[in-house]
Amino acid sequence: MPFIPHTPEDVSGMLKKLGVARVEDLFDEIPPALRIDALPETVPEQVSEQEITRLMRERAHGDTPPALCFLGAGAYDHFIPAAVWEIATRGEFYSAYTPYQAEASQGTLQVIYEFQSMMTGLTGLEVSNASLYDGASALAEACLMACRVQNQKGGDLVILLPETLHPAYLRVIETILEPQSIAIERIPYDRKSGRLDRLWMEARLARGGAGILVLAQPNFFGLLEAVDGWTDAAHRAGLTVIALVNPTSLAILKPPGEWGAEGADIVCGEGQPLGVPLSSGGPYFGFLTTRMRLVRQMPGRIVGRTLDRDGRPGFTLTLQAREQHIRRARAMSNICTNQGLLVTAATLYLSLLGPAGLARVARACHARTRLLVESLTALPGIRPLFPGTPFFHECPLVMDQPVRPILEALTDRGILGGYDLGRIGPELAQAWLPCATEARSAQDIACYRSELERLLPSPESVRRR
Amino acid sequence: MSTLIFGHSRPGRRAPGLAPECEEAIDDLPNDLLRKHPPALPEVSELEVVRHYTRLSQQNFSIDTHFYPLGSCTMKYNPRAANHLAMLEGFLGAHPLAPERGRQGFLACVFELQEMLQAVTGMSRVVLNPMAGAQGEFAGMAMIRRYHEMRKDAGRNEVLVPDAAHGTNPASAVMSGFRVREIPTDREGDVNMEALRAAVGPQTAGIMLTNPSTLGVFERRILDIAKIVHEAGGLLYYDGANLNAILGRVRPGDMQFDVLHLNLHKTFSTPHGGGGPGAAALGVGPRLEPFLPVPFVARSEAGGLVWVEEGDRPETIGRLSAFMGNGGVLLRAYVYARLLGRQGMRRVSEYATLNANYLARELEAAGFELAYPRRRASHECIVTLKREAREWGVSAMDFAKRLLDYGVHAPTTYFPLLVPECLLIEPTETESPETLDAFVLTMTKIREEVQNDPERVRNAPWTTPVRRLDDVRAARELDLAWHPQGGLDKA
Repeated sequence: MPFIPHTPEDVSGMLKKLGVARVEDLFDEIPPALRIDALPETVPEQVSEQEITRLMRERAHGDTPPALCFLGAGAYDHFIPAAVWEIATRGEFYSAYTPYQAEASQGTLQVIYEFQSMMTGLTGLEVSNASLYDGASALAEACLMACRVQNQKGGDLVILLPETLHPAYLRVIETILEPQSIAIERIPYDRKSGRLDRLWMEARLARGGAGILVLAQPNFFGLLEAVDGWTDAAHRAGLTVIALVNPTSLAILKPPGEWGAEGADIVCGEGQPLGVPLSSGGPYFGFLTTRMRLVRQMPGRIVGRTLDRDGRPGFTLTLQAREQHIRRARAMSNICTNQGLLVTAATLYLSLLGPAGLARVARACHARTRLLVESLTALPGIRPLFPGTPFFHECPLVMDQPVRPILEALTDRGILGGYDLGRIGPELAQAWLPCATEARSAQDIACYRSELERLLPSPESVRRR
Repeated sequence: MSTLIFGHSRPGRRAPGLAPECEEAIDDLPNDLLRKHPPALPEVSELEVVRHYTRLSQQNFSIDTHFYPLGSCTMKYNPRAANHLAMLEGFLGAHPLAPERGRQGFLACVFELQEMLQAVTGMSRVVLNPMAGAQGEFAGMAMIRRYHEMRKDAGRNEVLVPDAAHGTNPASAVMSGFRVREIPTDREGDVNMEALRAAVGPQTAGIMLTNPSTLGVFERRILDIAKIVHEAGGLLYYDGANLNAILGRVRPGDMQFDVLHLNLHKTFSTPHGGGGPGAAALGVGPRLEPFLPVPFVARSEAGGLVWVEEGDRPETIGRLSAFMGNGGVLLRAYVYARLLGRQGMRRVSEYATLNANYLARELEAAGFELAYPRRRASHECIVTLKREAREWGVSAMDFAKRLLDYGVHAPTTYFPLLVPECLLIEPTETESPETLDAFVLTMTKIREEVQNDPERVRNAPWTTPVRRLDDVRAARELDLAWHPQGGLDKA
C-alpha cells in the first residue's frame, strides 16, 4: 500500500481497541446513500514508482523546449546556480508548514526575514511581505491595498492602468477587482515612443478624480518610462503610486523608492527571474514592498524579529491581526499561503549572486538584447517599433509582413523568437517582442539572425516586387 | 537566531563564476533611470551560502524529520518521487507561452489530473488554475455571484458561513463582493438547523461548508442543509480542506454541492514548502460551468491537448494568474494520484480515519477530554484542555510548546474558535501506530509535568533554537528587515 505503514496486525489491534469489526464501521455516521463502493474507472489503477518514472521521463522528454528561448513576456530564462534548488528542496524546507509555531520554524522564518530584507534593498522601500502568488496577483493585491490607503485619506479610487501593461495582468486585475466595483481607466501609449501618452496623462491628472497610478518599469514592451516625473506628478495630484518592476533590472535601474521626490508608495512584481525555473508558468512568486507607514494595509504574511524569554533574538510571524485566520471577514486579503519554497530559492539565488553578480546578470541581459536588436535590425525590412526609446531586456521590432507565421516557422527550427504583439491588437500584427537574457550567447544570437534571414524574402525578390 | 546572511558579508567577496562575465558599461540608458548605489545584498562565498542555509533548514521541524499532526493541514508524507519527476528538465525549462504542440506531455498530465479529480469529486468539470485554496474560494464565490447576476437575481448578496469555518471562507466571500452571516453550531458539532432555516431567504447567495467540518466530525444532515439552501435559491460551496477524510468514499457532488475547491497540498500530498506554493482544484456542477476561470486543458477537435482561454469562454469570470497556475505543483499531484490509483485513494481515507479514531480513543483512555466524545472522529480529532487550564493554569499553548521539546510538532491550537483550549490533531494515514502511541505517551507525560512541575510546561520550549518568543514586542517594535544603516552588529 503506497505510503501507508500499517501491517494487518496493526490494523486488527487498532480495531480491537476501537471496538469495531472493520474500518468501514468508522464511517457509520455518514448517510449510507452518500457512500460509494468504488471510484469510477476514470481513475486508473495504481502504478509503481518505476512505471510512473518511465512515463514522466517520456512526457518530459517530449516536452524538451527548443534550445533557444528568446521569449520573455513576463517569464524569463535565466541561469540558476545548482546550489539554489539543491538546498531549497531539502526536506526540512520542502516538507515544513507555515511557521505558525515559531520556535519550531526558525529556519523558514529567518529565510523569510532575509528575503524581506533583500526585497527592501532591491526596491528601496522599508518593508516587504513574505510573498504573494505571482506577479499578476501581487499587482491586483497592490491595487486593493492602494484603495485602502486612498480610502483612509479620503482620496479617490479610480485606478489608472497603462495600456502597456502585460495583457494577462490586466485580466487578473479585472477578475479580482470586479466584485469591488472599482473603476479602471487605461492610459494610452504614445504611438511614437511606446511610453505613456504625455498629453493624455497631463490632462487626466489635471481633471482630478483619479486615485491610483500603476507605473510599469520596464513596461510590457520592455521600454523604460520617465518614472521620476510621473511619480511626482501623481503625488502632486494626490494619487497613490504603485510601481510594477522586474527584480533583475533593479540591480542597475533606479529603485522605485527613489523615483521622483518621494518614491513610489507600493512596489510589486514577478519574482520568477530570481532563481525560479520557467516551469510552464508556475509556481512563481509575487513580491510586494511598501512604506513603513502603510504596513498595516499590506496583505500577506510578514515576519518580524523579536526577543525570546531569555532576551535572545528570534523570528515570528507578526501583524497577524491583518490576516484572515484572525480577522476573518475583515481581513486585508483572503490569502492564507505565501510561495514559501520559491522565496527560499530566491533568497539563495540573491545570496549567491550578491550585488555584483546580480548587476552583472542585469548588464548582460541588456547588452545581449542590444546585440540582438542590432543583429536583427540589420536584416532587410526589420526595424525597431519605437526607435530611440531606451529598453531593458526586451525591445519590440517590426517587419514588413505578418509576424505570426515567421515566429511559427522559427519554432520549428528550434527557436522561440519572441512574443507575437499581434495578440494585443491587429495594428501590431507585424510586430513582436524578442528578449535576450544573460543565458543567450553571441552565437545563439547569430543563430537567431541567420534562421530569421532564411525565412524572410530575399532582397532580390523584394526588389523584383 | 543564527547570524543573518548579511553578517557573513564582506565587501568584494563573492560567489565567483555564477554570473557571466559582463563588464559592459550601460552607456545607452539615460542616467536618471539608473541606480546610484548597489542594492544591499550580501557578498558571500558559495560555501558560506550553502552552510548558512543548510544550518537554517536544521532549525525547522518538518514532516521529513518530525511527527507533524497539525490539524486541518493534512501534513502527510510528500513522496520524493513526485518532486524528482516534476523537476525533470523538460518540464522545468518550458516557457509558459511556448506553443502547445511542443508541450503535449505536460498538458497530458494536467488533463488527466482534471479528469481524475472530476471522478473523485463527482463534479461535471474540474480546472486547476487557482494557485491556492483561498484563490479557489474566491473564484468559486465569484462564479456564484455571476450566476445570480445572469439570472437577474442580484439581490442575493449574503453568504452563510458556519462559525466553525476556516478564516479564509468569510474573507473570500467578502473579496467576492458578499456580506457574511455566521451560522452557529449545535452541541454535537453539526450545523444548527433552526438557525440555518431562520437565516435563509431571498438575500441568500449560498453557503460555504467544510465536510467533515473543522470540528473533526462529519456533517450528518448535509442533504437537509443542501435542500434548505437550494430551496431558498442559494448555492453550496464545498471547502475541500478536509477531503482526506472521505477521499474515494464520499463525493461532494453527491452531497449536492455546486462548486468546490480541493487543496492539492493537503489531500494530494504536494509539499507545503514552509507555507507554499499551494495549488487548488476548482470543481463545478453544470450550472456554474460557463463561468469557470481560464485557462484549463481540453482536447481539441484535431485530437491534441490545448489551453482553453478567454476567447473560448465568453462567460468566464476571468483569470487568476499571469500564466496557468502552479503547474509544477500539479505535476507532483499527478504523480501522487497515479501512485495511489483508485484503490489507493480509498485507502487514504480509510487509514486517515482509522488513525484519527485510534488516536482519539487512546487520548481519551489516557484521561484527556475530547471535544466531541460521542462522535466518530473524521481524519482529525479535538482535545480540549480546559480542565488542565482550570486546575493547573496551564494553557493549550503551553502544551503545544512543550510538545516541541519532545520532538513533536504541535497540533493546531485555538482553532476552531468554538472549543476552548483546544488542540486539533490530524495524524494522517502515513503515520504508523507506534508514532501515535508515542504521541499519547508524550501527552500523558506532559500532563504529569503539569501536575508536578507546571513551570516546566509554562516556560516551554527549552530545547528549540529559541525559547518562547515575545509576539507583543514583535508587533509593537516592528523589525521587519535588516537595513545596512542598522549596522552589522544587528546582522
